[in-house]
Amino acid sequence: MASSLLTPGQDQRSATVPAGRHQRPLRERLEPYLLISPTMLLILGLMVIPIVIVIGYSLMDNVVTNPTPKFVGISNYVTILTTPAFWSAAGNTLIFTVGSVVAHMVIGILFALMLNSKTMARVPRAIFRAIYILPWIFTASVVAVLWRLLLDPSGVINYLFTSVGLLHEAVPWLATASTALLAVTVINIWSGYPFFMISLLAGLQGVPTDLYEAARVDGAGFFRQFVSVTLPALKPILYSMALLDLLWTTQQFTLIWATTGGGPLERTEVLSTFTYKLAFNSYQFSMAATSAVIVLAGSLVVAVFYVRRQRKAAQR
Amino acid sequence: MSIDARGRSKRLAWKTTIVALVTAVVLLVAGCTGTPSNNNANTNQKVQLTFSQWWAPEMPAGALQNLIDQFQTQNPNISVKLISAPFASLQTQTISEAASGTLPDVVGLDGAWVNPLFKQGALLNLTNAMKSANYDPKDLASQVGYNGATYMIPVVNFVYPLFTNDAILAKAGISSPPKTWSEFTADAKKISQSQAGAKGWVVPLGTTNPNGVQNDILSWAWASGGSMLKNGKPNLTGNPDVTGAVNLVKDLVQSNAVLPGANGLQETDKVENFINGRVGMMVDSLAHVTTITKGNAKLKFSVSAQPVKDGYMGKPGILTASWGIGISAKSQHPAEAWKLVQFLMSQATNSKLSTLANGFPGNKVSKPDFTGADPHFQQAFAIYQRSNPVNEFTGLPAANQLMTDFLNEFQKTVANQESTDKMLSNVQAQWQQQF
Repeated sequence: MASSLLTPGQDQRSATVPAGRHQRPLRERLEPYLLISPTMLLILGLMVIPIVIVIGYSLMDNVVTNPTPKFVGISNYVTILTTPAFWSAAGNTLIFTVGSVVAHMVIGILFALMLNSKTMARVPRAIFRAIYILPWIFTASVVAVLWRLLLDPSGVINYLFTSVGLLHEAVPWLATASTALLAVTVINIWSGYPFFMISLLAGLQGVPTDLYEAARVDGAGFFRQFVSVTLPALKPILYSMALLDLLWTTQQFTLIWATTGGGPLERTEVLSTFTYKLAFNSYQFSMAATSAVIVLAGSLVVAVFYVRRQRKAAQR
Repeated sequence: MSIDARGRSKRLAWKTTIVALVTAVVLLVAGCTGTPSNNNANTNQKVQLTFSQWWAPEMPAGALQNLIDQFQTQNPNISVKLISAPFASLQTQTISEAASGTLPDVVGLDGAWVNPLFKQGALLNLTNAMKSANYDPKDLASQVGYNGATYMIPVVNFVYPLFTNDAILAKAGISSPPKTWSEFTADAKKISQSQAGAKGWVVPLGTTNPNGVQNDILSWAWASGGSMLKNGKPNLTGNPDVTGAVNLVKDLVQSNAVLPGANGLQETDKVENFINGRVGMMVDSLAHVTTITKGNAKLKFSVSAQPVKDGYMGKPGILTASWGIGISAKSQHPAEAWKLVQFLMSQATNSKLSTLANGFPGNKVSKPDFTGADPHFQQAFAIYQRSNPVNEFTGLPAANQLMTDFLNEFQKTVANQESTDKMLSNVQAQWQQQF
């Protein structure tokens, strides 16, 4: 007579079913695959296949405009990586991205602390929340038009600066080689800080108040509380947000395209505009695919860090 | 959870999964399928054509559809579906559609797109289409083609004369629009020096849309009978017309006779600043007359031919941009598609179309109707008739990149990073790679 013993963690139902997957009905075995199939199908069709195609394009001499493309191996990668314009665009992307992410973080924390402050009454706090989140509501095209008007030589910013004596004459911020990259970075900072601010505000509201009370009892001042209580509590959010922002900002295209188009003197040329021009100005789709694959590889490194971080957080 | 509840929950999960699966398949199929360009919709074999263009958004509401309705009345077995998008987005859309083999049957074309589409093999040989339809092309004002075959026909042409603000010129003591390069330079400087807040000229040199090269730099050479090409190849170095045009613009930018921030300006900025009275002169499309009069009804302005090089006595050139048309090589109804092209190029329709578009007809015997039109159109038509329409970028390979290369080097020469000769030699080298 067959008998079975229940081990801890094994329920009655599984204990009575004979061991071995082949014994389970086909429908039951297929069920998990069927359940994930819509997602898998979408990921396959909208991500995996296009990425594979683009990688394939990057290994051809030229595609789309060439009816008989030839396989050239890594030749396009060698060409791109030895093109000074690519490295110039990569350098601009780095400055633009790092500047934006750091400023997003600093401004986001400052505004979140302010909006979380108990010293502010509820109504003004709600009004400030609405005002501070405004830049995030606008699309990149609207932001570009708005800032082009603000930074115009006859715009508000030049008027203010010349009125108070900070400038002797109006500066075309977006059209001057020495100021254009700074100008587009400022615009990107302005349009992106609210996302940090709102996420950090949510994080701040989750920090237990008794930690602050304990810190106060121990004689900690505002700065000490910020360093020893607030920052450690926000660290997981800050880390995740910084990685996500790094990915998003690296891929910023619309804002730069609509404000400077990569000029003047290619000082605001970033990898996204560089790639776009290869594709739709020069019709060198294979080179554009190569540039895109290089950006993808860089983004994957950041994405791996992000996923590992999320996994660690989930395990805690 | 009871067995019944668990069963219901499981059934619900199955149903949800199936719905999600179907949705995913539909989304993917919809995403991978192009425009339904060749479906025979009705049982009586009615042919449906698709026609992509940016023209409808730039014409009075419903104007293009009215013309299409006339075509459908004349050809009851053909229906036409208009696919209208702004110019800026249609370029990428057209190139992508050509790559995926889903180009609409009839395609609105810009001169800068023809070359890559031809290289893709995406455009139908219109010379053959004309022969098949026994069409005599003698009335076509121009055709764009390669290897002796036509791939694009300009339907409506837009000229770029010199616009001058009468009040600003009068304040600077200038009695009439300039006719030569030296008069233009002197007038631009005079306006900039004599009137606070106004500049003599506006030159957009932004690279987002690099057409400032053709509209505002090389147009000076073309107006004086010059050319940037020799035997179809770049001819920039040692070319006195091109060097003169570059030096003319460079001098005006460096002497602050143009609106500040030229490196970031686009064509729309040019028009806006002219409307607002910040500049005395601009070279711009006649199509913007309506925008100007709507934007500032009180503005008094004149249109005249673009000034020519001092001492030039030949026939002047005038910059022209076109609404072109072509047919997809993959169209399953090329004969019907040609019928539509032929309809748009016919004398009566082309007259109407050019009138509605504020442009000039691509059919030589068509005439725009100036009844009730802004008088500037008639003046510009007279200039057009006594000039050679020219745009050397039409049909060139990677025209946008050629212009971007030119602008990048031009910005360097204006910043005194290199001489004009060095600039032109660098551009020549970059252009040769594209050719």
